[in-house]
Amino acid sequence: MSTTAPATTRTGLEISGVSLVHGDGESTVTALDDVSLTVSPGEFVAIVGPSGSGKSSLLAVAGGLAKPDSGTIRVGGHDLGGMSGRRLTELRRTQIGFVFQSGNLIPALTAVDQLRLPMTLGRVENPRDPMELLEEVGMAHRARHRPDKLSGGERQRVGIARALVTRPALLLVDEPTAALDRSRSHDVVSLLARETHGHDVATVMVTHDQDVLEHCDKVYRMTDGTLEVESN
Amino acid sequence: MFLAWRELSFARGRFVLMGSVVALIGLLMVLLSGLSVGLVNDGVSGLQKLPVSSFAFQDGVDKTSAFSRSVVGVETAETWAEQDGVEDATPFGNSLVNTRTDKDVDIDMALFGVEEGSWLSPEATDGADLSGPGQIVVAGTLKDEGVAVGDTVEIDQIGTKFEVVGFLDGQHTYGHVDVGYVDLRTWQEIRAGVRPGEPVPDHVYDDATAVAVKYDADADVDLAAGDKAAETTSMTLKESYGASPGYTAETSTLQMIQVFLYAISALVVGAFFTVVTIQRRHEIAVLRAMGASTRYLLRDSLTQSAILLIGSSAVGVAIGLILGALISSSPMPFALEAAPVAVATVLLVVLGMVGAAAAVFRITRVDPLTALGGNR
Repeated sequence: MSTTAPATTRTGLEISGVSLVHGDGESTVTALDDVSLTVSPGEFVAIVGPSGSGKSSLLAVAGGLAKPDSGTIRVGGHDLGGMSGRRLTELRRTQIGFVFQSGNLIPALTAVDQLRLPMTLGRVENPRDPMELLEEVGMAHRARHRPDKLSGGERQRVGIARALVTRPALLLVDEPTAALDRSRSHDVVSLLARETHGHDVATVMVTHDQDVLEHCDKVYRMTDGTLEVESN
Repeated sequence: MFLAWRELSFARGRFVLMGSVVALIGLLMVLLSGLSVGLVNDGVSGLQKLPVSSFAFQDGVDKTSAFSRSVVGVETAETWAEQDGVEDATPFGNSLVNTRTDKDVDIDMALFGVEEGSWLSPEATDGADLSGPGQIVVAGTLKDEGVAVGDTVEIDQIGTKFEVVGFLDGQHTYGHVDVGYVDLRTWQEIRAGVRPGEPVPDHVYDDATAVAVKYDADADVDLAAGDKAAETTSMTLKESYGASPGYTAETSTLQMIQVFLYAISALVVGAFFTVVTIQRRHEIAVLRAMGASTRYLLRDSLTQSAILLIGSSAVGVAIGLILGALISSSPMPFALEAAPVAVATVLLVVLGMVGAAAAVFRITRVDPLTALGGNR
C-alpha cells in the first residue's frame, strides 16, 4: 500500500463530525460530541481544557487508537474509517508521530537507538538521519545515554525527535510539559513549534499548561466533548 | 533482533539469573540422563549384548520376574527352532549366585548357562572361549576387581568350582551384578543344588530358564504361534529387560523425575516471561502506538526467550557433560549417550519456548491506548 501522498497534495489532519461515547447502557460518557478540526501541514494547534473534557480521546481517535462512533478522520489524505487493524498500525508507523507524557522512551535503548527503533518496526520511506535529528533537537551530546541518565526535558526532546524521524504528516502530542519546570516547558514547546513549521508537520498538542500557548498558531478549548476556537 | 538484543543486555542481571536456573535444570537433565542410562546398563547390559531376538519363558509366567521364576524343558528349544523364520533356538539358564574367588574376592554373579559352542556361547575378548564343564567366562569389568585368567571361582554353599578362562568385552551385568557364563549342564546342577561329586538325578538336565530364539530382524516370526506350539510365553529381548530385577521400578522412577523436570522448566520459564511481559506492559503499549505490529512484538519476545533458553541450556549441558565425564570414571552406574542428552536438551528448549510463548501471548492483548496519559 502507498501511505505517502504526493507532496503537492500533502494534507495534515481533517476531522469532521466525530463523536465518541465511552461505556455502555446507563453509564455512558460522551467523550467527543460532533467535533470537527482541521490542521494543515506546518500548523501548530493546542487543545486546552479540564481533565476529562475529551482532549485525550481526540488524540486517540486522530491517532487511530480508538474508533469513533461517527464522523470521518483523514490523516495525510488517508481515511481512517474502515481501515483494517493492520493498515492502521502501518499508518501509525509511517504517517503519525506520538509524543507522550514524559517521553515514554524504551528503557533499554540509548537516545540514538530510540530514533533508530521506528525504522526496525517496518519499512520507512526516506527517514531522517537519527544523529542529525538529535543534533537538531540539541541532544547529540547525549546520543549514547539511556533514558535513566537523561533529565525530564532531555527525555522529552528525544521523544519528540523519535516521533519525527519517520517524517510523519501528523504529530500528536500529549501533555508534553506535565513533568517539566517552567523554563524547560518553554524550551520543549518552542522546539515543537520550530519542528512543526520547519518540516511541515500538522501538530496537535493537548495541554493543561496555559503558559506555553504563546508558541501555538491556534488554540482550541475542549469542554464536555465539544471543541471551540479560543484564539487565533 | 534490534530491540531483543538491547533489552537482553540492558536487563542482563535478570536474564542471567533466569539463565542460571535453566542452566541448572539442563545440568540436572544431563546427570539424570546419565544416571538412567547407567542404571539400565547396570541392570540389563548382559542381556543387551546377547545375540538373542526373543526369549520363550514358561507359559503364563509373571512377566516382571520371568528370569527368576520361569522353568522350561530343554526340548522346547527344538520346537522353537522349527518355527517359520526362526534361525535357531537354544536353552538358556539364568540364576543369581554368590561366589568367592581363590583370592578371596567376593563376587555376586548372574550365572548364565549356555550350551558351549552354541551361537549363544559368548566370545571372550581376553583369554579363551567356554569349552566345557569347570570353566567360566566373566564380564570384563571384573578385571578391575582383581580377577584374572586362571583364578578359581567357587559358588557359595554348593561348592562348585570354576576356572576363569576368559573375559568378555567390557560391562556385562544383569540385575546390577556381573555376568558369568558357564556350560548349561553345570548350571543345571547348581540350579538343582547338587554338590560336586554327588549323584545327579537325570531330570536335573531337563530344565532351563528359557529358550533363547534367534531370527533375522526383518523376518516375520509369529511369536504367538510359536508360543502355542511350544506352550511358552514369549518376550522380545527388549521386553525381557522388564523381567530383570528392579528394572521397571528404577526406570519408571527416573522417567517420572525427568517428566517433572520438563514440566517445572516449562512453568519456570513461563512464569519468568509472564513477569517480564507484565513489567513491559507500558513499553509495549508505547511500541504499539508507534506502529509496532503484533507479529513484531511476538517475534521480539520469542527471540529473547530462544536466546535465553538455547544459551543457558547449552551452558548447563556443557557443565553436565564435564561433570558426567568425571562421574563416569567412578563406580556409580552412570553412562552418557549422545542421543538421550540431545533429546533432553531439545525438549528443555522446546518446552521452555512453549512456556514462554504462553506468557508472551499476553502482548497481543495490550491496548496501545494505555500509552496515552491517564487524563482522557
